[in-house]
Amino acid sequence: MELIAFYIFAAIVTVSALAVIMAKNPVHSVLWLILTFFTSAGLFVLIGAEFLAMLLVVVYVGAVAVLFLFVVMMLDVDFVELKQGTLRYWPFAGLIGLAFIAEIALASFARGGAPNTTFDAAPGADTNTEAIGQVMYTDYFLLFQMAGLILLVAMIGAIVLTLRERPGVKRQNIAKQTSRRREDAIEKVSVEPGKGI
Amino acid sequence: MDLTINHFLTISAILFTIGVVGIFVNRKNIIVILMAIELILLSVNINLVAFSVFSGTIEGQIFAMLVLTVAAAEAAVGLAILVVYFRNRGDIAVESVDLMKG
Repeated sequence: MELIAFYIFAAIVTVSALAVIMAKNPVHSVLWLILTFFTSAGLFVLIGAEFLAMLLVVVYVGAVAVLFLFVVMMLDVDFVELKQGTLRYWPFAGLIGLAFIAEIALASFARGGAPNTTFDAAPGADTNTEAIGQVMYTDYFLLFQMAGLILLVAMIGAIVLTLRERPGVKRQNIAKQTSRRREDAIEKVSVEPGKGI
Repeated sequence: MDLTINHFLTISAILFTIGVVGIFVNRKNIIVILMAIELILLSVNINLVAFSVFSGTIEGQIFAMLVLTVAAAEAAVGLAILVVYFRNRGDIAVESVDLMKG
């Protein structure tokens, strides 16, 4: 049963990953990417890594893929023009891909057979999430903090990169507003009759 | 349990190769290149989780989480650079990105 589920998931992952790189429209690419991530989350659930599966859905589908979608839809690019001539690259790319697969297959065959494994998705705990939590906040606390720092740097970097000062845009300057005094704003003029200011 | 680590290593290798091929095929379209990089990082994650679960240790899943963090940060900064580049040049053709060539 698990094997059947694995083969279904594996087939979907392969097909959708191929669709990501072959789709004509980048929006379709992003949607296929979402399917790939979802199905990979399914693969993770299959071997009991539930926390990572949830993280994959939340982070990749919820954040990264939506970010991609935003950017693809925001940029006004003629994607048809970008797609032209890609057929020319396929032989070379296929060669590289074959070389990759051949090397990996060679390495795994040279090593021989499946290793002796002890299947355990939650060592030393009842659930997978608990097992992760037990080491994440103790043994790997520093790594955890550094991951947060990386995200902070990425966030600041993205904001600083895309922030722009546009000239000629009227903005509210609250400090200037609140420091206005009556003397600066109002002028008393005695108007002579029949003349105006 | 019939499911072995080899199943997961195989699908991971296939996904990695698709990602690498995707970079070569879509060398004009940087958005799809970024997506191919995400595919590669996903395959790395599958590898890490498979080894972690099938060896009965949890560390691999911690590292997979860190890879996920880096992937998210990379996507955010990469797309920000892309937006700024588009704003300055009006297109995102990879071949015309040679401003720093000198």
